[in-house]
Amino acid sequence: MARPPDRSARTALPTRDRTRDRRMSENADTTLEQNESTTGGAPSPGDRLRKIRLEEVEKRYPGTKQPAVASLTLDVHEGEILVLVGPSGCGKSTTLRLINRMIEPTGGRIFLDDEDVTKANPDKLRRRIGYVIQQIGLFPHQTIAQNIATVPKMLGWDKNRITGRIDELLSVVGLDPDTYRGRYPKELSGGQAQRVGVARALGADPEIMLMDEPFGAIDPITRDRLQNEFLRVQEDLRKTIVFVTHDIDEAIKMGDRIAILGEQSVIRQVDTPERILAFPVDDFVRDFIGEGSTLKGLHFETVDEHVKLEPYPTMHVGDTPTDAAARASEANTDWILLLDEQDHPIRWVAVGDLERGEAVTAESGSEVAAKVSLGATLFEALEQMLISEAAVSPVVRDDGSFYGVVRLTHLNRAIRRARLEAREHYESLEATS
Amino acid sequence: MDGIISWIDYISGRPDEILETTWDHAKITLIVVVSATVFSVLLGLFVQSRPTLRALSLSLAGIFLTIPSLALFAIFIPIVGIGNEPAIYALFLYAILPILRNTVTGLDSVPSAVVESAKGMGMNTTRQLLQIRIPLAWPVIMAGVRISSLITVGIAAIAVLVGGDGLGTYIQGGLTRLGLPNSLESVWTGTVFTVLLGLVLDLVLATFQRFTTTKGQRL
Ligand SMILES: Nc1ncnc2c1ncn2[C@@H]1O[C@H](COP(=O)(O)OP(=O)(O)OP(=O)(O)O)[C@@H](O)[C@H]1O
Ligand SMILES: [Mg+2]
Repeated sequence: MARPPDRSARTALPTRDRTRDRRMSENADTTLEQNESTTGGAPSPGDRLRKIRLEEVEKRYPGTKQPAVASLTLDVHEGEILVLVGPSGCGKSTTLRLINRMIEPTGGRIFLDDEDVTKANPDKLRRRIGYVIQQIGLFPHQTIAQNIATVPKMLGWDKNRITGRIDELLSVVGLDPDTYRGRYPKELSGGQAQRVGVARALGADPEIMLMDEPFGAIDPITRDRLQNEFLRVQEDLRKTIVFVTHDIDEAIKMGDRIAILGEQSVIRQVDTPERILAFPVDDFVRDFIGEGSTLKGLHFETVDEHVKLEPYPTMHVGDTPTDAAARASEANTDWILLLDEQDHPIRWVAVGDLERGEAVTAESGSEVAAKVSLGATLFEALEQMLISEAAVSPVVRDDGSFYGVVRLTHLNRAIRRARLEAREHYESLEATS
Repeated sequence: MDGIISWIDYISGRPDEILETTWDHAKITLIVVVSATVFSVLLGLFVQSRPTLRALSLSLAGIFLTIPSLALFAIFIPIVGIGNEPAIYALFLYAILPILRNTVTGLDSVPSAVVESAKGMGMNTTRQLLQIRIPLAWPVIMAGVRISSLITVGIAAIAVLVGGDGLGTYIQGGLTRLGLPNSLESVWTGTVFTVLLGLVLDLVLATFQRFTTTKGQRL
């Protein structure tokens, strides 16, 4: 089993809560593997808590020959971000809008918490579901506070509770309440408006959020920031989220699971990002993931547990150069790693210099410019490896002391193992079905 | 110069009479503008998303506006007799088009993403209309109301020809006595006070508009 997705690593951002990811991965080990299939997963007792279920849902727009969504069956688990991704016009938005009945299905059934909502009052249903769209659609004649208060007001919350909620939500999305509460939408930048859009959708603390390309119309740098912030917020809130995008990289970054959709919203593959990267089930998925899927897969492997790190010959200032050289030739390396008193790696010293008997000081050889810490992704390790003098990536513990090195063979092994595991997973699925 | 002095003499000789006539004129205008606004806005809301009815009602309202005013006023005499009534009916028909057209275009101009998000948050159609669509269309609707009120103030001066009140009486009275003393002064009185009434009314409506829109809607 590949190591749990660690999005802080994927996004090279502050560390996220590992325990959560690990928990999800354990679940994935025990339940997902048996229950998920490429067509959306059949329900079974061992399944993780199912929040949303689409059952053979179909949408045929009037006057069209082909249905926009043809018999889609899909489960969304509680607390996960499920990303719907696929080529333009494949029916992602239609699928999403079926869930809050912005569009009425022409067939099939929709369940929320195992309650059939196919015939429920749509307005009441929508108040339970946060909805964020690319164009945001803030109410221009209302202040930010009024915008955010929309659903709480409809639900009849009292004034104080609403006021408190507004400030709380503005803080959650990283906007200073005192500054922004009284502003109008036109007085916001695109990124700020999108944050308010998210805050408004969170208004009455819905358990479910539907997001249709929420960061699609924002410049790449701001988008990256909003994605990271949103992931961090989701870390606490644990909403059940269906997220639509046409960008596979956004899907990989945001998704706990990804559903790759083809024409008419047919599921081509639904699984964790790492498994999809390791084992695209067919050419459609492979083409859609595009170039570099192997490299992207390295984001999901980390430098600990699974990577059996190798020792590397080291020395300290004051060690006899020839002894050190002997250690290096024993290990069959051209370099030896010079550590300081705290065992922090500081210099790469060439074995040739040692053999000539040169005294080693803290200025010998060349600086260790690249190192990664335990817990970094193999992607980061690869980057460091590429710029490292000795073509290996030194790994340090949290206190900075030397732990071992990552070599190219590690990456190679990790990737092949991930692929093998993914293939075995799919083969066992086939065998059982 | 002499003209102006004698005109000032003329109006300062009969301030109460002039004010009363202006008030009569204003009453006709207000009745027409208020009723045409209610009618046209409701009609606009109804036809906006119904293409056939929308085209039909807009062309009909357009046709009313092309009927020569005197003829339109006269058309109502056989039905309601003479006096202010035929004038009010005729003016009502004239006042429809600007308000109706602006209501429809105002509603059209509400961004679909805004309506989509309103619906997506669980607003029913009435709520969407009252809290989102009408407030957002309001500045455009009010622009239509203001145009209608100006048209109405101006054309209401013809009411006198079908036996109605208003500042038209000064104009007509002056014209029929043209050349006699005070005839031009009388025409000027009717004209100037009609224009003044129009300006005041527009100012009132502009103020009203300002108080019924938020800062978020203003440029
Ligand atoms: N109101 C409608 N009436 C008729 N056909 C529609 C309607 N809305 C969408 N469609 C069609 O349904 C299909 C799916 O549309 P949808 O908007 O769900 O695609 P999408 O995957 O969200 O695409 P994109 O990535 O471009 O947003 C398309 O072929 C589209 O033309
Ligand atoms: Mg779409």
